[in-house]
Amino acid sequence: MVKKKKVMDSEAIRRALMRLAHEVLERNKGVGDLVLIGIRRGGEQVAVRLAGIIGEIERSEVPCGFMDVTMYRDDLYHMRHQPEVHKTEVNFSVEDKVVVLVDDVLFTGRTVRAAMDSVIDLGRPRSVQLAVMVDRGHREFPIRADFVGRNLPTTRTDLVNVVLDAEGKRDRVEVVETGESKEKE
Amino acid sequence: MEILRHEHQKPKLSVTSLLGLRELSREEIEFMLDQTASFKEINYRPIKKVPTLRGKTVINLFFEPSTRTKTSFEIAGKRLSADVVNFSASQSSLSKGETLSDTARNLEAMKPDLLVVRAQGSGVPEMLSRMVAVPIINAGDGCHEHPTQGLLDLFTVREHRGKIEGLKVAIVGDIRHSRVARSDIYGFSKLGAEVTVVGPATMIPPGIEDLGCKAAYHLEPVIPEMDVIMMLRIQMERGSGKFFPSSREYSKFFGLSMKKLERAKKDVLIMHPGPVNRGVELSPEVADGDFSVILDQVENGVAVRMALLYLFCGGTDAATA
Repeated sequence: MVKKKKVMDSEAIRRALMRLAHEVLERNKGVGDLVLIGIRRGGEQVAVRLAGIIGEIERSEVPCGFMDVTMYRDDLYHMRHQPEVHKTEVNFSVEDKVVVLVDDVLFTGRTVRAAMDSVIDLGRPRSVQLAVMVDRGHREFPIRADFVGRNLPTTRTDLVNVVLDAEGKRDRVEVVETGESKEKE
Repeated sequence: MEILRHEHQKPKLSVTSLLGLRELSREEIEFMLDQTASFKEINYRPIKKVPTLRGKTVINLFFEPSTRTKTSFEIAGKRLSADVVNFSASQSSLSKGETLSDTARNLEAMKPDLLVVRAQGSGVPEMLSRMVAVPIINAGDGCHEHPTQGLLDLFTVREHRGKIEGLKVAIVGDIRHSRVARSDIYGFSKLGAEVTVVGPATMIPPGIEDLGCKAAYHLEPVIPEMDVIMMLRIQMERGSGKFFPSSREYSKFFGLSMKKLERAKKDVLIMHPGPVNRGVELSPEVADGDFSVILDQVENGVAVRMALLYLFCGGTDAATA
């Protein structure tokens, strides 16, 4: 029993990204020491888009890197086998910068916790903020996002897919109701 | 979300121990190389440590002397926060008469998560893998295989050339005694390169073509067509010296000098698994020259071993999946 429901289309996503970009700039008063780091792999496209929009608004490029946080996960050995590790590509210093972590979906908060550890190992940022496309609730850590594209009530067993393609034509956010329990005992 | 996604992935490896490249598929080898690329970046950070293998114990079980490989594994383990314990033959109970299998079982009783095994006898890691339940990484066994060296060679070439497929690779020297040669033959040919082994007839085992490579008995004629020339060390300790009249003669015919390289491709890669016998396999000008990627090999060795420790240390249940 799998039910798929589209909750955001490409227009809605475009507007949400636009608002997120403005909010990030408003909070930080411009791009000064701002750097974006997308969390692989879901946050990658979101970060690229966000960096593009911020760059257009401010007419100056904002550094954008990508981070794989697999190596920092607390649930690494609770998985059936070792997940694939992707590349971390942060080609700038985070020292004394305002780092905005970007991810597609905020769920348990475990990924973000791992991402914070990961950033700190790269240097000492002045502050770390969090921007997500979708906040779907069910936090297991005391973590909240600074910038949220859409708050989405879900049940724990739902899957939330944020699909962003390179051209932006088939962008969508969908909720898949699996109906089955995938929770770990 | 992230968790669920991973849970549903199929394991990418069919083995729980890394004994050789022979039993791996092309996809498995490529997966290991891709993982290596992800781990390499850690080596350039100001803080070269990630918490990935926190609480895991790796035993470096070296029945044969080694500095480079042992250090490389040790650094790799430590950068991933594993506890690495070195155990070498000279100070071990083996010298007091304990059998290999008793040593392994005793170490297993101390609950390590992985054994890295280097041994003089071919097949020792394989034998131990049947005796103990701990995953094993072969760090070179006799004249059999040296899979981590093979992988770092592949990684180094792929990094410089972007691909392995279609390249021509010569492996030069004592093919008979070389575990590096075997791992390289398997690895490079599985990934689509054309491998030629080169050496004096006494050092090329009959039937080597069955492994999927060609054999040549003169170095100079093959140099111009090669993309990669892998020079092997003349291993006096394995009796290499009995297979040719003198080191000088070997060097004259099978050593690589700048003069011989004049006819080589402009972008040829010269490799060597180390330690180099300067003036025998390689003239110092070649070893330190522009074509040489020998130090890249050493550098990549740490990244390869990090990836492998990660992949094999995690208690993968690939065997039961």
